[in-house]
Amino acid sequence: MRPTFINVGERTNVTGSAKFRKLIEAGDYPAALSVARQQVEAGAQVIDVNMDEGLLDSVSAMRTFLNLIAGEPDIARVPVMIDSSKWEVIEAGLQCVQGRAVVNSISMKAGEAEFLAQARACQRYGAAVVVMAFDEEGQADTRDRKVEICRRAYGLLTREIGFPPEDIIFDPNIFAVATGIEEHDNYGVDFIEAVGAIKAELPHVRTSGGVSNVSFAFRGNEPVRRAMHSVFLFHAIAAGLDMGIVNAGDLPVYDEIDPELREAVEDVILNRPGRTNETPTERLVELAPKYKGDKLQAKVVDLAWRDQPVAERLKHALVRGITDWIEQDTEEARQQAERPLHVIEGPLMDGMNVVGDLFGAGKMFLPQVVKSARVMKQSVAYLTPYMEAEKAGQVRKAAGKVLMATVKGDVHDIGKNIVGVVLQCNNYEVIDLGVMVPADRILDAAVEHGADIIGLSGLITPSLDEMVFVAGEMERRGFDKPLLIGGATTSRTHTAVKIEPAYRRGPTVYVTDASRAVGVVSGLLSETERGRNVEATRAEYVRIRETYGRGQARPRASLAEARGNAFTTDRSAHQPTRPSFLGVRSFPAYDLRELARHIDWTPFFASWQLVGRFPAILEDEVVGEAAQSLFADAQLMLERIIAEGWFEARGVVGFWPANADGDDIVVWTDEGRTQALARLHTLRQQMSKAEGRPNTALSDFVAPSGADYIGAFAVTAGHGELQAASRFRAAGDDYSAILATSLADRLAEAFAETLHKRVRRELWGHAADEDLSVEDLIAEQYQGIRPAPGYPAQPDHTEKATLFSLLQAESNAGIELTESFAMSPPASVSGLYFSHPQSHYFGVGKIDRDQVEDYARRKGWSVETAERWLGPILAYDPAARRAA
Amino acid sequence: MSRTERTAALKAAADERILMLDGAWGVMIQRLELSEAQFRGERFAEHPLPQKGNNDILILSRPEAVADLHDQYFAAGADISETNTFSSTRIGMADYGLEGAVRDLNLQGARIAREVADRWTAREPGKPRFVAGAIGPTNRTLSISSDVNDPGARAVSWDEMYAAYQEQARALHEGGVDLFLVETIFDTLNAKAAVKAILDLEDEGYEPLPLWISGTITDRSGRTLSGQTVEAFWNSVKHARPFAVGLNCALGAELMRPHLAELARVADTLVAAYPNAGLPNEMGAYDEGPGETAGFLREWADSGLVNILGGCCGTTPDHIRAIARAVEGKAPRRVSQRGKALRLSGLEAFELV
Repeated sequence: MRPTFINVGERTNVTGSAKFRKLIEAGDYPAALSVARQQVEAGAQVIDVNMDEGLLDSVSAMRTFLNLIAGEPDIARVPVMIDSSKWEVIEAGLQCVQGRAVVNSISMKAGEAEFLAQARACQRYGAAVVVMAFDEEGQADTRDRKVEICRRAYGLLTREIGFPPEDIIFDPNIFAVATGIEEHDNYGVDFIEAVGAIKAELPHVRTSGGVSNVSFAFRGNEPVRRAMHSVFLFHAIAAGLDMGIVNAGDLPVYDEIDPELREAVEDVILNRPGRTNETPTERLVELAPKYKGDKLQAKVVDLAWRDQPVAERLKHALVRGITDWIEQDTEEARQQAERPLHVIEGPLMDGMNVVGDLFGAGKMFLPQVVKSARVMKQSVAYLTPYMEAEKAGQVRKAAGKVLMATVKGDVHDIGKNIVGVVLQCNNYEVIDLGVMVPADRILDAAVEHGADIIGLSGLITPSLDEMVFVAGEMERRGFDKPLLIGGATTSRTHTAVKIEPAYRRGPTVYVTDASRAVGVVSGLLSETERGRNVEATRAEYVRIRETYGRGQARPRASLAEARGNAFTTDRSAHQPTRPSFLGVRSFPAYDLRELARHIDWTPFFASWQLVGRFPAILEDEVVGEAAQSLFADAQLMLERIIAEGWFEARGVVGFWPANADGDDIVVWTDEGRTQALARLHTLRQQMSKAEGRPNTALSDFVAPSGADYIGAFAVTAGHGELQAASRFRAAGDDYSAILATSLADRLAEAFAETLHKRVRRELWGHAADEDLSVEDLIAEQYQGIRPAPGYPAQPDHTEKATLFSLLQAESNAGIELTESFAMSPPASVSGLYFSHPQSHYFGVGKIDRDQVEDYARRKGWSVETAERWLGPILAYDPAARRAA
Repeated sequence: MSRTERTAALKAAADERILMLDGAWGVMIQRLELSEAQFRGERFAEHPLPQKGNNDILILSRPEAVADLHDQYFAAGADISETNTFSSTRIGMADYGLEGAVRDLNLQGARIAREVADRWTAREPGKPRFVAGAIGPTNRTLSISSDVNDPGARAVSWDEMYAAYQEQARALHEGGVDLFLVETIFDTLNAKAAVKAILDLEDEGYEPLPLWISGTITDRSGRTLSGQTVEAFWNSVKHARPFAVGLNCALGAELMRPHLAELARVADTLVAAYPNAGLPNEMGAYDEGPGETAGFLREWADSGLVNILGGCCGTTPDHIRAIARAVEGKAPRRVSQRGKALRLSGLEAFELV
């Protein structure tokens, strides 16, 4: 067969398959779906769905079956051919498929107007059409009439309504041959020749046909029918047939058909003259019984997984969402298990965990997860009577009651609905209150229904605050049931820092995604596991809070006390050096090779989660091998970065006369020191210090009067960084993309370090005699510091704005600040230079309200603005403070 | 300019340069920190349901705030601004009990945007401004079951969805939009109902308007929420012969890129993209700055992937300004015709060449 011939699965057709018809009539849709799945697994590239049966409500059956298919990714993967002779059934079908389907069929049998109206509707629903060779006179049987009708339909479609010719599939009618009626003998030839003529004459169209019609005379003799289909297709495809409605995977290969049978069939199909005194039909009829019952070819559904142990089979069924064998597999597992419950806790939960992991890794998507949950449900349903029997007459009840709601102010509920489905599949009763539900309604309903767990969902940011409010209300009203938090903007950190502290009586748990919901809920409701799970989560959230709000509770000095304990120095002992120039100087296209020599490799490895000091890390017992390989790749890429100029390094340095003014530093326009160019703001440590240890601010390193100076810099090695990374990513090479980014970062740091060295030795020259090795430089064994806004010595990112305007960093180095004061390109470093010999790095730590108010005044901000920008270092909770 | 002239101008502008859409409305409205009472305004002061968070209602309760946002985005360099009607369907408004206001929302939403756009066009005739009628996905889905015990169940029917979209599109059309933007499509069947509702308006005598269809890839798997790949999605909507097709929401630029590149490969029409400002951080805010977003989008322009750019969740006028500056003077993607072939789709694409 030509590889481009399209198998359209025919088994989901009530007119073509008695088995399928019976299933649909009996309403056994799960079994009907299995028929569809088997066809796709056997290679059908499109599946034909036909519900045209007198006793069926065809519209409703079509709708039901297509809606069911939508939930089965293994089936829904392929396009659907909506097959009906009734337009209302076709239209119902078109309203159920998100993909681009084929309508089978429309024709001119009721005239041009209806034909065009239906074709136009297909266009607007977005479907290709099968057009039958059928007109007001009837179905075309001869070659010439088939071609003539198709020609006319083509003209109407393309010229009258602009129907795309490539979306037209002509079906020139396959009729039964070998019926014993002589006029039928040429039907095979008529079809095959018509296909050839249509393809030659009408550009871009496709042809199709219902293949099984041809063998209708041999009903009951499947081997002969299959041989006829195979032979017929062999010739029709050679003539240009593009697709056929056939039982995919059930056809013998043309060459492997018994030669005697093949020749007889071929004579019939091609209407060749008789070889003996018998007609070809008579000969085939005579030969046929000999082949009856022969299994020509087995089905090709891959069932190798059925040979595995039962636990593996259950896992496979869960991951693939297959319910066909779930009861027998569950039974087998039950017999092997000590108690029925162990089947759930063992192989089934193992399988669901695999599903969760695949989902988390982006290897499964939601419809599949929901489907897996359904397999789970069927298995649990099978086990339920056994578990009840075990409990000897106890009334079996749901595993637990979960009440869910999207919080007030938020209308997003898809994620919540999916969690609901997954929980219900796992035998939990779910009470879903919908969207925009105020706290009191949630809690009233929880009491009324006796909910075991309350789940809150939300997608937009303000929902986070509403969840904190609900948690607070639960506390106030004396709840102790578990509270689950989920939704796109929620996070473990927010749950730990903001929500859990508001609700102390019961456990609060963040649920990453729908696939985790069952694990979390069962863990919280299990008699034996509950205590351990709750404790583990509480402990984890305590750790998260500690990390988040480290150091909040230490004793603190007032701002006045801290200023009284400022870092001081004997100014007369140190005469500040005048920089070699004042103003700014830019460094375009800095030598990358020079920068590469100054790279500090230890943080490079840390960025790849390989921990250890360079170069010792290369010999490390555990990570040494990985580190060596990474280092080799990095060296190779670094060489290409330099040789091929992937990145451009640009920087700018400036120096100005400056003096401290309290905790600020005034930058002067010139040595006259009368006109301020800018004012830098610094923050002072407020932690209580041991005797003799000062409360330092950066302004302490600049003299309040007399000749002192400050410097600033901004450098980047990141021009070209994003492009290089996305080039790799587009090629599917994430490894190289990350490598390029981490090298750009290292080059930028090396640039900052190299430039600082030049500043100390020549540009400012306050340490002109310095002669340190690269190792000493990395260990910061030098005089003077280069702290950056946003880092511990000055945690306020907004100071970068002043720094950047002093340096005109955007025009001088091509570095921009985002609205949140991040530098772009990302591989950039900026900071201030202090030259005082005793200047040193320190962390401001947490600060109190008095300093925030003072700082806000100095910056011209409201206190709220200051609290927002300084949020991470506040020693108090501004919201609580305002409320008090 | 008449609408026919405006749609012609829109197509001409798209030939010449990369067009800019506006950015997020949610984050800008949030910044206004409006109270429940302010959301309601006079008209809905006595409405029984809470309205805080119903951003669309501001069209009727605070039209000056909506006009101001259009104004801010046009000032930032947007060629096209969206009406504030993302949820203004009978289905979307049911949660707020505002089904009766749907026509007014769309009509007024379009008029407000129209007036601001026309003011800018008068001021800068060389850069005409356009209004896209925003048509969101609704909060119901035609392809996903609403009841676990009945996988065939749906919380909404095609007919309801179709009628809701047609009501919205008709009012947007009468309010004067230049094009329709069916956006944030997580279920392609919903979008197909919208497309048919819009195309069918032609039969009622409404002048056909350009249509822009924008899907949403929800995660790294590269699928829509309803499970389709990018190419399958395009095959499902290409019959609309849209003015543009694209992606928006759910992902930031970095994660959106491979899926956009795939769309640019298969779509024989203009390609548009308006990503989020990165992914939300763990406290729920978007912190990708204008410079960062613009950096990614500049690369898309350099790689010839796009014809229209803009921003979704978390983006601001500053983002739009930065993006506009980053792609200024860069050539738009060249639309190439694909060979004719029978193209179908299920969750995955099918092609018979």
